[in-house]
Amino acid sequence: MGLPIAKIGIVPCSGEALPAGTVCRLACRQVLDKLLPSQTVAICLPLFIAGGEEERRFATRHPTITVDGCEKRCAAKATELFSGKPVQALLIPDILRKHGIPMPARLRGFGAGEEAAVRVVAEEIVRAVDAAAAQTQTQESQHGAL
Amino acid sequence: MGETPSKQVAVLACSGIGKTWGALARETALELVERVRPGVARLICLPLLVINDTEARQAVLEHPVITLDGCPKACARKSAEALGKKVEHPLETIQFYTAHRDLKPEGVAQLNEAGLKLAQVAASELAATVDRLAAGEQT
Repeated sequence: MGLPIAKIGIVPCSGEALPAGTVCRLACRQVLDKLLPSQTVAICLPLFIAGGEEERRFATRHPTITVDGCEKRCAAKATELFSGKPVQALLIPDILRKHGIPMPARLRGFGAGEEAAVRVVAEEIVRAVDAAAAQTQTQESQHGAL
Repeated sequence: MGETPSKQVAVLACSGIGKTWGALARETALELVERVRPGVARLICLPLLVINDTEARQAVLEHPVITLDGCPKACARKSAEALGKKVEHPLETIQFYTAHRDLKPEGVAQLNEAGLKLAQVAASELAATVDRLAAGEQT
């Protein structure tokens, strides 16, 4: 029997004023709801500052992956500030550039035109979760062997 | 023709990632700034307040603020209050549903039709509040 899979916290910026914030939100929900529902947990970023002890405690004890929509990197900075360094800090403009996909221009009402952007970001999050889970299992195995 | 509103009104939505009410807050805010009062209602990314971004902080401190929260934890309102700002018009999105029980929102990534309609109705109802705040009046 394998080791239990550690939950990975996903911290999306969900920025309201940028199309990338919508990409972020939709991609994270795709991972949380469809792609890796048993391995991931959503962490509500604003709760960090509003006194969400549960969020802070979880993010301190579990690996976190932050997903940011712009260079200000609110999710990564806030996670590091309140809980600890994320195991991966993803930036949506970088991901889209890597795949040659343009940034969506609208804030809502996403359809087929924005689907590719959401999908590649979700896939990148899945890769990050897999890497984080593998790393966690390796560390637990090593500790168990001591 | 009415007077031109004197200033912008900052809108902060919680956008809670895990709840329908957070999605409703986000959609209502977008309705407000894109359709109902573009150029007057100004959306500010809530996460920017979490990292104490100078420009976002200044916008919140200098303008009247409407907060749209999806749950009683009131992250949007508290984020503004953490800057020393007294929010002029704090709201919880469940209030919109209480007033329009025929429009039950569902969904998180994507609101259902009723949720989208409720956001439209709520934003339209907030128009007068935006106008008053922009004119320097209390709500």
